Amino acid sequence: MSEKRPPNQPEANPPEPTEDIVPELYTGERAATEAHRPPTEAQGDERRKLERGPSQKPHPEAAAVVKMEGVHLAFDEPILEDVSFHANEGETVVVVGESGTGKSTILKLLLRLLVPDKGRVLIDGENIVDLSFDEALEVRQKMGMVFQSAALFDSLTVFENVAYPLREHTDLSEDEIEARVREKLEFVDLEPDKVMPQMPAELSGGMRKRVGIARGMANNAKIMLYDEPTSGLDPLTTATITHLIMKLQKELNVTSIVVSHDIRSSFRMGTKIALLAERRIVYFGTPEEMRKQDDEYIRRFLGGY
Amino acid sequence: MLESAIADIGIRLALTRSTLRLSGFNEAAKKKVLSLQEYFVLSAKSIGFIFRRPFYTTDVVQQMDAIGVQSLTIILLTGFFTGMVLALQTSVQLATFGATMYVGRLVTASMIRELGPVLAGLMVAGRVGSGIAAQLGSMRVTEQIDALNTLGTDPIKKLVTPRVLAALIMVPVLTIIGDVAGIVGGNVIASTYLGLPASLYWRTVWEQIASGGFTLRYIPIDFIHGLVKPFVFGGIIVTVACYFGLNTKGGTEGVGISTTRTVVFSSIMILIIDYFITQILLAVL
Ligand SMILES: Nc1ncnc2c1ncn2[C@@H]1O[C@H](COP(=O)(O)OP(=O)(O)OP(=O)(O)O)[C@@H](O)[C@H]1O
Ligand SMILES: [Mg+2]
Repeated sequence: MSEKRPPNQPEANPPEPTEDIVPELYTGERAATEAHRPPTEAQGDERRKLERGPSQKPHPEAAAVVKMEGVHLAFDEPILEDVSFHANEGETVVVVGESGTGKSTILKLLLRLLVPDKGRVLIDGENIVDLSFDEALEVRQKMGMVFQSAALFDSLTVFENVAYPLREHTDLSEDEIEARVREKLEFVDLEPDKVMPQMPAELSGGMRKRVGIARGMANNAKIMLYDEPTSGLDPLTTATITHLIMKLQKELNVTSIVVSHDIRSSFRMGTKIALLAERRIVYFGTPEEMRKQDDEYIRRFLGGY
Repeated sequence: MLESAIADIGIRLALTRSTLRLSGFNEAAKKKVLSLQEYFVLSAKSIGFIFRRPFYTTDVVQQMDAIGVQSLTIILLTGFFTGMVLALQTSVQLATFGATMYVGRLVTASMIRELGPVLAGLMVAGRVGSGIAAQLGSMRVTEQIDALNTLGTDPIKKLVTPRVLAALIMVPVLTIIGDVAGIVGGNVIASTYLGLPASLYWRTVWEQIASGGFTLRYIPIDFIHGLVKPFVFGGIIVTVACYFGLNTKGGTEGVGISTTRTVVFSSIMILIIDYFITQILLAVL
């Protein structure tokens, strides 16, 4: 982040390739090798085409951080059939759909709390479907989850709830933990001194939700999953939380999957919208394109928004 | 013609019905076997985690308090009154042989070998097993178990292992306390109702313990009987409670179902397994 260049770096260090050309192409090894010989934008595009050749089509999902491929899942009856969508690094994908269509189930699949009957679930390119239980615990540490019902541990204080992931997975000192907990609670507009010693049962529904968000963010995960983070909250808090999710994306390049009922905030924060209906993703694309769709169901779902 | 046709249909109906019932039975049996397997995996894992990091020491201490210290009153009460009623009942029988002085022996034999462990087991199943099932059940239905998993903690390690460890330690301790309370209760009846001097009572108590024989020279076999059982019962109660609790389905109503199941199932298991442990111990020692 600092503006000063490290001393051992030569002055003639070429400028970083600008990220906004084709972001998907500038990740991983490719980004590293191309940094050596930064071309002009036009040249770069030319060369990329040449390198790929005709058989290799551009692969927009190459950088997908979170991805579902042809996922099928049935409990007593089929819930999801052939569900596919993906989120690239730094994107916010909002999953919308009617109640009971399986939105929360999708998040649980991404966390491997559930295993699909068929299909693949990829986190950072790793298929998590066949992982062992312990390996799954490892992968989950990359992710932060905000549960629909907050799911705070009711035997622990608010402070201990938010500190939980830090105590489990980091070697932070007691002071550092407290500082982090305060920071996160302030982030969600709660007064740390007031709420930290309280038990979850003493909080209002909205406050519990916000503590849930603070806990989900506590270990600065690069992937955040939110299950209806704003339902049951007043418009002001809803706006704050929407803003917060956008801030995480902009400032920390966090990849988010948000389940939401609130079309307004979904359109504000979503880089992509995935509409789940009849056990499938019936629309997956940008909010702008979604508004242009002629499909009867989509129009009704948007309700004129 | 008609009759045979009707008979034919009847047979066919009976056939389909029986195959249906059979397939239903298969499904149910398969589910039973699967859940039994799940139960054993859970138990094995929870015991394996006792020896593996991280150790949730605070949780273990907390559970020892919840399972042990907080059960003290009911264990003292049940032990004491059982000892008294045993003394009362056996004294009537013994009086017919003119052997009331042996009341201490009978109370001791029944308390240490059988009633102490079984009563402690049943009390803990009712008080602690139900509590554990209710707690883990509501954690399941309010997504707290999912949250634990998401935060990278194995719920078995965090929730089941401390409870199992605490029970393995505390149920035998409670049993000893219950035994002592029972024998003291017997003494109260012996001295007030039967007019036996305390010194005589306690001598017959020791005679009984010694008459059971010793293993490894100094350890009375009665004590082995009396401690192996609560150790096993403690393990059964807690693993059953955790199993039903963690597998709770269907909201708050499901929590109630899990709780009831835990108490019924672990109580029955205690009585059945008590029989088999006794048989094994009698054969081995
Ligand atoms: N553990 C389970 N066992 C059986 N059925 C389940 C289970 N979990 C979810 N379901 C069923 O799966 C369907 C989808 O549930 P899910 O919670 O994913 O819906 P949702 O889209 O999140 O709904 P809402 O918007 O109301 O939260 C529901 O019909 C539900 O009954
Ligand atoms: Mg949901």
